[in-house]
Amino acid sequence: MAEIHLTDLTKSYGPTEVLHHIEGHIQDGEFIVIVGPSGCGKSTLLRMVAGLETVSSGEIRIGERRVNELEPSERDIAMVFQNYALYPHMSVRANMAYGLKIRKLSQAEINRRVEEAADILEIRQYLDRKPRQLSGGQRQRVAMGRAIVRDPQVFLFDEPLSNLDAKLRVQMRLEIRKLQQRLGVTSIYVTHDQVEAMTLGDRLMVLNGGYVEQFGTPIELYDRPASIFVAGFIGSPAMNFLPAEVKDGSVVLSNGVIIPVESPKEANVTLGIRPEHLQPEPEGAIALQVEMVEQLGANTLLHGTLQGTDKALTASVAGHATYENGEFVNFSAPASMLHLFDPETESRLEL
Amino acid sequence: MTDFAPMSPAATQNRNSDVQKLALRWLLFAMLGLFALFYLMPLFVMVTTSLKSLEEIRTGSLIAFPRELTFEAWRTAWSGACTGIKCEGLQPYFWNSVLIAVPAVLLSTGLGAANGYVIAQWNFRGANLIFSLMLFGCFIPFQVVLLPMAMMLGKMGLAGTIPGLILTHVIYGLGFTTLFFRNFYVTIPADLVKAAKVDGAGFFRIFWSIFLPLSLPIIVVTVIWQFTQIWNDFLFGVSFSQAGTQPVTVALNNIVNSTTGVKEYNVDMAAAIIAALPTLLVYVVAGKYFIRGLTAGSVKG
Amino acid sequence: MVTWFENQIPKVVLAPSFVALLIFVYGFIGWTAWVSLTRSRLLPKYDLHGTIQYKKLFSSPRWDTAMENLLVFGVLFIVISMCLGLLLAILLDQKIRVEGALRTIYLYPMALSMIVTGTAWKWIMNPGLGIEAMVRSWGFESFSFDWVINPDMAIYAIVIAGVWQASGFVMALFLAGLRSVDGEIIKAAQVDGIPNWRIYSAIILPSMAPIFLSAFIVLAHLAIKSFDLVIALTGGGPGYATDLPATYMYAMAFSRGDLGQAASSAMVMMGVVFAIVVPYLYSELRAKHD
Repeated sequence: MAEIHLTDLTKSYGPTEVLHHIEGHIQDGEFIVIVGPSGCGKSTLLRMVAGLETVSSGEIRIGERRVNELEPSERDIAMVFQNYALYPHMSVRANMAYGLKIRKLSQAEINRRVEEAADILEIRQYLDRKPRQLSGGQRQRVAMGRAIVRDPQVFLFDEPLSNLDAKLRVQMRLEIRKLQQRLGVTSIYVTHDQVEAMTLGDRLMVLNGGYVEQFGTPIELYDRPASIFVAGFIGSPAMNFLPAEVKDGSVVLSNGVIIPVESPKEANVTLGIRPEHLQPEPEGAIALQVEMVEQLGANTLLHGTLQGTDKALTASVAGHATYENGEFVNFSAPASMLHLFDPETESRLEL
Repeated sequence: MTDFAPMSPAATQNRNSDVQKLALRWLLFAMLGLFALFYLMPLFVMVTTSLKSLEEIRTGSLIAFPRELTFEAWRTAWSGACTGIKCEGLQPYFWNSVLIAVPAVLLSTGLGAANGYVIAQWNFRGANLIFSLMLFGCFIPFQVVLLPMAMMLGKMGLAGTIPGLILTHVIYGLGFTTLFFRNFYVTIPADLVKAAKVDGAGFFRIFWSIFLPLSLPIIVVTVIWQFTQIWNDFLFGVSFSQAGTQPVTVALNNIVNSTTGVKEYNVDMAAAIIAALPTLLVYVVAGKYFIRGLTAGSVKG
Repeated sequence: MVTWFENQIPKVVLAPSFVALLIFVYGFIGWTAWVSLTRSRLLPKYDLHGTIQYKKLFSSPRWDTAMENLLVFGVLFIVISMCLGLLLAILLDQKIRVEGALRTIYLYPMALSMIVTGTAWKWIMNPGLGIEAMVRSWGFESFSFDWVINPDMAIYAIVIAGVWQASGFVMALFLAGLRSVDGEIIKAAQVDGIPNWRIYSAIILPSMAPIFLSAFIVLAHLAIKSFDLVIALTGGGPGYATDLPATYMYAMAFSRGDLGQAASSAMVMMGVVFAIVVPYLYSELRAKHD
């Protein structure tokens, strides 16, 4: 168990810098999810923490130690890989024991640890099988077992659920979370799936193009996204963005609709509002012309455009509701649920 | 092919087309059979000739079975036939070939495995260039290195020796063995190496405890390929050996082309079969791997 | 700690092979190229004298014969082996129950040494006791099959033995290619009612173009390097009638003691091989890197 400090961390391949000045302080026992679109550098960052990629500049500390120059095996970490990376010719037991054997633990201790981990993961009956005789979910457990037996200071997960089908993914997600809470090991988890990130992480580090867009709890990210990118990435369906102008203490949409806010200055802005925060109200100022209706059972999604414009607008209405295509539906938006962004820098403007 | 597929009632097959199909089927088997005879005939002739007496060879037909079985020719071929001036049969040369092939196969396979492992999984700057150079090296006609190699062996004091031939076969076999292992190892996910590094294993340990145990199929393919190449080699054998160190192919050629005395065709044939037996045996026992080596060797990159 | 040395281990492992490659392949090619530009006879000399060896080579009737033979042998050997191999592969692809056995029979010559092949065919084509004698004994007194000792025909005898040895290999290549064609495409074509021969000619064969290329490269390579087969079957004779560049080079190097001629002929051989192989390898390597 340990804290992790990432200080001014940079990664370059030749002249191209792929990670820019990453800062982050991870608490002991915290579950951190690094999330972002593919190619944002999240796996590279994880592999730098693991010691599988070199650090171009900056520093990684695990606990009290600077680990930049340490081999992966000297960093007291364990890692779970996307395609499990189980040794195909070894039994489940041998897979889990391999790292312990290299560390020259006694056979009795190895057996004890392997069996304990197998019990936690409920894979005891598979210990003598080969990986190819197991299902995807079982292999995933073995991969986690291999990490657990090492009793490391840090768990690293590299998109470990992306090869599983949707249902199993949800189940394993919960299991990983429970396991981590039970063991209390500091963990870093990489995924491109924002739902996975929201449900798993104590805090999320949103990476985009090699920059940290925001680092905070899921609720902070949802309630106060630091940028248009984070706002659009977190939450489903994605936030609506409308061009607008702040004038005389109000937000004026492009079709002339005025929403009063307490804003100090006047500027062009991008207005963000989540579909679930649009409240149907016959007198509401925001009118949506319906183009398509998605019935999801628990709620209903209305896709269309803001009246009088070609700006896409989506609203989420609780329960079943029937609407005709072409119909206008009115919504109100409480000022507290609005997000304003600078259209130039794409960063958040405080109201 | 739908020839023997059960016919649906809706299909309006008429008798003519059935007859036609049957005739085609027979034609197919006839052709396949004829070709089989073409490929088998030389082996058949070799075996029957080797079991005949010289007298019967002169009077009988090429493809007739021996009237009287005699293993005299085999005995002569093994231990009495003359290669030039010496008349010890193929036996000593057969063992020469074994002494050359076994170490050369083991060394070139082992080095190829290590090279392939480095190139496939420990990519460093320039590794691909080295691999390309090796690949081109596979294709050179050996004539182009024959003269300098002869001089080099002389300088190393290995001219005309079995170690010299071993060295030659190892060096010029490396391109192919590296290619085989590299192509096999690139199919192993790179995460396996990463997982092993996290587990604390180093370069050699990962090779030894993870890659080698997974390599059995490609080891078999490579060993068979190398053994066939080296056993059947003639050019290096004839160029870099001397009287006592010739491999079996060179001795066979000497027996067949020695002009002294009566031409003993039955001995020639017995000697040819003896020289061919080891590779034939490998082919029969492990044909699947033999073919895999052949096709892998031809589909490069 | 990540020490400098540990990072060098992969390079250290590869180094001996790399050094051997540089010396024994590329260095030696350089040496041969150099000597081909000198007046070396029995012993190598290192003073450059331009292209005299090549001039001498190309004005030598024996080399002319060798190159002509290579052309005749190469073309016939490649074309017949490819056709026969393709035919056998298609015949075997018709869901034959004994396919495994037949495949084994067609391919076994590839396991033999060319010396063995040459010895066997030399005996079979022996005019006094082989096929000729056999057919005559059947009553066809005027039948003649003396190719191995006939200067005009001996090269064709070598083609027969070469095809016998290599066509099974081509069959194996093509069969693997036929089997790797996407089964769904074939089923779709069958559903569309396209006759089998058209499925082969319009769908399967065109998709096997890379295999044709591979087979061609391997066969061409075999043809140019052919040495053992000629030595065992005809010894290059009668006279120089079946000399190939490979036997010419060997004769110059080891029996005539003319290193300059040996080196220049070897360089020409390499030129021919590389003219065929380099574009192929280049495109292969590029395809892999993209």
